[in-house]
Amino acid sequence: MTMTGTPNTKIAFKNVRRVFGDGPSAFVALDHLNLDIFDGEFVTVVGPSGCGKSTALNIVAGLLGVSAGECRVDGDIVTGPGPDRGVIFQQYALFPWLTVRENVEFGLKLQGKEKSERRKIADHYIALVGLTDFANALPKMLSGGMKQRCAIARAYAVNPKVLLMDEPFGALDALTRVRMQDQLLETWSKERRTVMFITHDVDEAVYLANRVIVMAARPGRLQEIIDVNLPYPRNDELRLSPQFAEIRNKVWHAVYTRSGQQQPALEE
Amino acid sequence: MASEQSASSAMALRFDLKSIGLGVLSFVVGISLWWLASASNATPLPGPIEVLERFGRSIGTGQLWIDIRASIGRVLAGFLLGSIIAVPVGFLMGWYRVARGLIDPWIQFFRVIPPLAIIPLAIVTMGIDETPKIFVIFLAAFLSAVVATYQGVVSVDKTFINAARVLGAKDWVIFTKVVVPASTPFILVGFRIGLGSAWATVVAAELIAAQSGLGFRMQQGQLYYDLPVIFVSLITIGVLGLIMDRLVVLAEQRLTIWQERV
Ligand SMILES: Nc1ncnc2c1ncn2[C@@H]1O[C@H](COP(=O)(O)OP(=O)(O)O)[C@@H](O)[C@H]1O
Ligand SMILES: [Mg+2]
Repeated sequence: MTMTGTPNTKIAFKNVRRVFGDGPSAFVALDHLNLDIFDGEFVTVVGPSGCGKSTALNIVAGLLGVSAGECRVDGDIVTGPGPDRGVIFQQYALFPWLTVRENVEFGLKLQGKEKSERRKIADHYIALVGLTDFANALPKMLSGGMKQRCAIARAYAVNPKVLLMDEPFGALDALTRVRMQDQLLETWSKERRTVMFITHDVDEAVYLANRVIVMAARPGRLQEIIDVNLPYPRNDELRLSPQFAEIRNKVWHAVYTRSGQQQPALEE
Repeated sequence: MASEQSASSAMALRFDLKSIGLGVLSFVVGISLWWLASASNATPLPGPIEVLERFGRSIGTGQLWIDIRASIGRVLAGFLLGSIIAVPVGFLMGWYRVARGLIDPWIQFFRVIPPLAIIPLAIVTMGIDETPKIFVIFLAAFLSAVVATYQGVVSVDKTFINAARVLGAKDWVIFTKVVVPASTPFILVGFRIGLGSAWATVVAAELIAAQSGLGFRMQQGQLYYDLPVIFVSLITIGVLGLIMDRLVVLAEQRLTIWQERV
């Protein structure tokens, strides 16, 4: 496998440990995490609730620091958040006082882009996620799926190298979810980025990913990495294929049996 | 989408008509009861007709306008001053822990003192002109708005701040582009409460220490047993208070149109 620091490693966790609190109430959320995510790769992370998935993602995002070890993006140690790493939150986090277009332009404004250029870039990504008719709408007018598409456009607009998605479709109903998965893959195939995508849905994890990272809890750690050798573009036919089922079973087994849990973890 | 919207607005309209109808009915019944009570001499109160006549006279002599202008002038001066100072102080308290620690005890202390209780001190130290009255109104408005602003800032959803940070925003941008708009609904609620307490305070302050204003006029009415003039002042105070409250609510709805209302 490629070593940390070689050109095509995009995100590298090296012996990352993260502890919350101190003294007797200290809690090890993440321990000895070693993981390389490669350029242009779509990686999904699954694991029981509380196994440190969000912690790992927030460390890459620069929203959380490490207690030990290091996290590098493009070879540079992460010291804080920045527009080179786009984050998509489960709660959408759209600014409700801004329209769809203004939300997408938010990061572009911070980059000091001219008005006309901002507009052009924003409209491109708004079209890419299929929200052109809603460019001037306020978020409150949008459904959950549309809100998340807007958030994806906003993250894409600042041209990040890495997209970090923390259960982005977790609040959506099953049907919308499947459509969003297809749309995300379509967007990703048009504008390829390195993606780290957290989910607790095994189907979703397999359908989207090049590789599925399975994590275990107490302490949060890497359990297993499962390659998904299925071609893109992916579609419903693949979803129902025996190859898909086989990988899906493997992941399921890794999440629910080998991590020491007999029952599926209760997710909120 | 469009049809959904027009359907819901038609429903809102119907609901509005119904509540307006009920409001008018309730008003008519209330006035009738008042009229009955005064006509049957069950109470020493002046009847609606008498009060209406007195309204006419007060307007005719210009007395009412002078009183209204005096009261409104004080309220606006105190309220605007209080709000303008409260917003930055509230932001400071919400944003910097040190500022909160330094300022909060004072606010908590002054909040439990009714503004009117400051009047004796204000008169002794500031004289008997407009300053002490405007000062207590200022205090009333300031305390409401500062607490609301501070609450607004500390309750800004952390995800909004994180979303801005990952898009490259630094502290100043986060403050102006996220914290300020996100706390606007809270601030406007503070303004509304502040204006209400400013209005209550001005009338009470005029009862105690003034040579003009609606409160002063009522005090005179009490002195000369002039019940109609007390009624005229009371009704004017109520109507003006209602109008001011509606105006703030209207501004609030305009400025926070983006809010999801459930
Ligand atoms: N800010 C925090 N303070 C204390 N404990 C935390 C904090 N954030 C997360 N944790 C704990 O760390 C563990 C891992 O959390 P998280 O990364 O959110 O898990 P996941 O996303 O896999 O469900 C959980 O047990 C959680 O309670
Ligand atoms: Mg999580």
